[in-house]
Amino acid sequence: MKVPVSWLKDFVDLSGLSVVELAHKLTMAGMEVEEIRFVGLPLPDSDDHGFKVSGLSWDADKIVVAQIDEVFPHPNADRLVLCRLNDGLQEHTVLTGAPNLFEYKGIGPLPRPLKVAYAREGARIYDGHQPGQVLTTLKRAKIRGVDSYSMVCSEKELGISDEHEGIILLDEDAPTGMPLVEYMGDAVLELKINPNMARNTSVLGVAREVAALTGRALKKPEFTLETTGEPIEGRVSIQITNPELNPRFTLALIREVRLGESPYWVQRRLRLAGMRPINNVVDATNYTMLEIGEPLHAFDYDVLVNRAGGGEVVILTRTARPGEKLTTLDGVERTLTETNVLVCDATGPLSLAGVMGGQESEVSDHTVNVLLEAATWNFINIRRTVMQHGLPSEASYRFSRGVHPALAIDGLRRCLYWMARWSGGKVAPGIVDAYPLPPVDPCVEITAQDVERSLGISISLEEIQQMLERLEFRCERRGETLQVQTPPIRMDIGEGVVGVADLMEEIARLYGFERIPETRLADSLPPQRGNPSLEGEEHVRDVLVSLGLQEVITHRMTAPEIEARLLPAGTPAPSVEYVRLVNPISPEKRVLRRSLLASVLNVLERNARMAESLSLFEVGAVFEPSGEALPREPRRLAIAMTGRREESSWDAPEGRLMDFYDLKGVIEALMEALHIRVAFAPEEHPSFHPGKCATVLCGEQKLGVFGELHPLVRENYEVDTPVLAAEIDLEALLSLLPLLGHEVRPVSEFPPVLEDIAVVVDEAVPAARVEELIWQGGGKLLAGVRLFDVFRGEQLGAGKKSLAYSLTYQAPDRTLTDRDAAQIRTRIIRRLEQELGAKLRS
Amino acid sequence: MDELQELEKIRQDGLAALSHVADEAALEAWRVAHLGRNAPVMQVFSRLGQAPKELRPKIGQVANQVKQELEAAFQERATALKQAALQRALTAERLDVTLPGRRPARGRLHPATQNLRRILSILGEMGFQVYTSREVELDEYNFQLLNIPPHHPAREMQDTFYVESPQTDGSYSVVLRTHTSPGQIRAMREFSATNPDNPPPIRVALPGMCFRYEQITARSEVQFNQVEGLVVGRHITFSDLKGTLSDFVRRMFGQNTRTRFRSDYFPFTEPSAEMDVECFVCGGKGCAVCKKSGWLEILGCGMVHPTVLQNGGYDPRKYSGFAFGMGPERQIMLRHKINDIRYFWGNDLRFLEQF
Repeated sequence: MKVPVSWLKDFVDLSGLSVVELAHKLTMAGMEVEEIRFVGLPLPDSDDHGFKVSGLSWDADKIVVAQIDEVFPHPNADRLVLCRLNDGLQEHTVLTGAPNLFEYKGIGPLPRPLKVAYAREGARIYDGHQPGQVLTTLKRAKIRGVDSYSMVCSEKELGISDEHEGIILLDEDAPTGMPLVEYMGDAVLELKINPNMARNTSVLGVAREVAALTGRALKKPEFTLETTGEPIEGRVSIQITNPELNPRFTLALIREVRLGESPYWVQRRLRLAGMRPINNVVDATNYTMLEIGEPLHAFDYDVLVNRAGGGEVVILTRTARPGEKLTTLDGVERTLTETNVLVCDATGPLSLAGVMGGQESEVSDHTVNVLLEAATWNFINIRRTVMQHGLPSEASYRFSRGVHPALAIDGLRRCLYWMARWSGGKVAPGIVDAYPLPPVDPCVEITAQDVERSLGISISLEEIQQMLERLEFRCERRGETLQVQTPPIRMDIGEGVVGVADLMEEIARLYGFERIPETRLADSLPPQRGNPSLEGEEHVRDVLVSLGLQEVITHRMTAPEIEARLLPAGTPAPSVEYVRLVNPISPEKRVLRRSLLASVLNVLERNARMAESLSLFEVGAVFEPSGEALPREPRRLAIAMTGRREESSWDAPEGRLMDFYDLKGVIEALMEALHIRVAFAPEEHPSFHPGKCATVLCGEQKLGVFGELHPLVRENYEVDTPVLAAEIDLEALLSLLPLLGHEVRPVSEFPPVLEDIAVVVDEAVPAARVEELIWQGGGKLLAGVRLFDVFRGEQLGAGKKSLAYSLTYQAPDRTLTDRDAAQIRTRIIRRLEQELGAKLRS
Repeated sequence: MDELQELEKIRQDGLAALSHVADEAALEAWRVAHLGRNAPVMQVFSRLGQAPKELRPKIGQVANQVKQELEAAFQERATALKQAALQRALTAERLDVTLPGRRPARGRLHPATQNLRRILSILGEMGFQVYTSREVELDEYNFQLLNIPPHHPAREMQDTFYVESPQTDGSYSVVLRTHTSPGQIRAMREFSATNPDNPPPIRVALPGMCFRYEQITARSEVQFNQVEGLVVGRHITFSDLKGTLSDFVRRMFGQNTRTRFRSDYFPFTEPSAEMDVECFVCGGKGCAVCKKSGWLEILGCGMVHPTVLQNGGYDPRKYSGFAFGMGPERQIMLRHKINDIRYFWGNDLRFLEQF
């Protein structure tokens, strides 16, 4: 919301308070000033004020109020005029092309001089002929043979608005010779209004805050009206169908308005506040809304009388019938639904309540008598209607935050006050007021202990009372309790304990958050439970990082076709259920991922061009529909690796490409670090090479699958080297973490016996089976088994392979003899012969 | 020939020959020739029995002297040669120490994880235990129980992703959580269920991924991490909130970090505040990072709204609490002057490897 500081001054004395100090006070008290636009007033000298500032300051010596006494035609140009101008010091001849002076051309001395904003040579203003705001310094020049060294300014040139159609014509009472900055220098505060500050969507509301925050008096607006003619009673009546949607509806009548432009100062304030001046009647409704916070609507009364066949005008509020149509004053015919509320007369809809008026009954150039509406609407309903029709407006901005019904009368009276002044209209006596549902303004009891308990500050009840009264709460002391009555301007104070909390905020704001001391928690500590599940997850991350892998974090959102890249092209899409978004930001982010691996492979692909070697992992949730409202969110671990085992360097050639066993080594190291004993078994999986894929098993439980991507799957990704990938069920993995630690073997002090053996077995025999049998045969004295060579050759015969192991024998309590070693060895070989038909290779 | 003269010649020959020895091999040859079993001086010893008896002690004594002298000379020569060889080797092996070293592959945590951990470890030392909860949430937990009823203006502040699910009352009941606050309700309910009449105090940190319906640009993302803190107890005040959060940011950004609390609005806290810290880039002087203000918006906070306490199973007349929330990625961006939030989930290694 844009608030001109000059307007605030109508209601609170700001003397001694700079614009920046004012902005700071509002910001600290919960009305953040997002920008200060200076429109004439001097910009702050230094940068350290903490606000975004923009705008133009007007040099008091160079930009002043002047008067044009006569307008002459230009001797050489039809589209230019010459003005005889007095700037309070002397007369000048000033050249301008402003079309709004043409009507005065050549009519002799003006009976009522025109007051203008006059810029002297050297003034810094915006260039009116360039788009946007381009600073320029006014220089002496000859234009079409006439010497020009000064000018009369448009709003654009002074940074008031984009208006450059003509020059500013100030109000007649503007004092000639006065520096313009003194006459109307301003600054506009752009305020962020939070939902709990609905009462401050007006100049008066902000002024009330400023008054409360600075301890200054609030100057209440003038509401006294002179009324003449027949009263409104009997001419207009109101019927409210649904008080929940329309708690109050009021009407007043003003006759014989003379439509025309509003005074310049009104137009200027409207523009600074972001609205467009229309005419003195419509401007009065908008001005009052900005000033008081009550949106108003002006009907052409005679149109309504006409529609009523000359009789009583009956205003009816009701919800629309489905499919009912209304042409709003933006000229759009809108089809309505039954949640939309309409203001109607006996003939049909007049306006979309609280959002936008209808075209037929709006104020036009022919309007003479005006029926003025001030009403209150249900804020939720207004929000829905605004969103449904895409019709944000200044009125709906306020109604959708909640306007207190008590404001209707103030709004009506203030608007009549302005309308009568600006249009010469005559206010009819009386107001027609339908008020079926007055709100309950909560009364809250608080004590000084409440304040201490919530804010940690000890202040007296008197001080509390004073603060709240500055915000117009009515307080009554009952012993040690304060009865606090919410003023009929706000609807954000709750009942009971909620109301107490709401008042605490008001007290904290006025007391000043900066004055509340800092204390350390003295309350008792909660039961200690930790978060073992997260600790396990973090441990997995640490191990993988220690193994040289890079963690990535990807978007949860993806698309089924992105995950389908994990299958060879042409594979029929698996019928997998996804968690689907109702409102995705893009088609490729329309579901929540079911595969973590697909996400990590996307990252691998994106980085593949830039790196010789990639080893990535991600730990995170995938999302599986559960049949219930909420999906399952199991955590997974995905690993993807490709490229060189070692990066090439200045003295080493390119290393070997990573293969299945590089990834397997990572998984083995991870399991070893987690002290989980796993086994590996061949696996068939459509994503993986049929011969290079394994499942990770702990007993019977499958923990995950890994391997080299199937060549046809790799074709789906732009990666040139074999890709190793794994997806592990982290929930299963973490459930296996030993709670109290794993078994640790004592370290023997006695020397080991080392021995190598090589055995020849059938190609189909898994190495793990051989090692298992060696351990079985070796018994307790076998301390280590390490495979150091795998060999295939003609001398072994077809379908055979040789596995060479380095064995370590060791006893905890003695030195082993050669005989001991021979015995162990014999047992191992016998076991391998019996089970596998293995032959010892000499 | 006189044996003594012979010994003198042996001595002179030996030393003369040694002076020409230039390497280890020649030295070894010299040792064999001059001190070996068949060396002249050794032959003098073996001939000693043939010498006149009265001369034997003298010859023996001189022969010993010669032998010792040759041995000493040999040792000296050997040491000198070794030194020289070492010198040569050391000179030859001189490296260009400016050539790049061979680095083991170093793994890294994602910067978001790194900062999450830092936050959680500081909070952990301050007594906050980590409480994690789900990412897909019921509207009820994400909004309604947090004092954000349907069509509340605050919903506009949080553009929400809705999940396809059976509709209730024409609206979707499942959302991607827009903040970690639903975890507040889950934590409170879990704790209060353990002793409904006298629920235990709470001090938890709630980290996790949150989602907002926004276009992905340099300044906005559809997902981001958040860490919230929640304290509930019988004597928790706003001054505790100020003290706790000021302590936290002093740990996080340096002991001299100054803080500032501004009134603000959140539906689930009352009073609510925004905490700014003095810009740690410029020290409060004003720079591009703090947009010349000298202050950085770091976290939102406030006293837990009575309705939220009630919904969590804590009687607001007996219990009070405070809550706060911050964005780990935002902190990283401020600290490292990163101006594009898309780097985080873009996972370009050229970005990740700088952490």
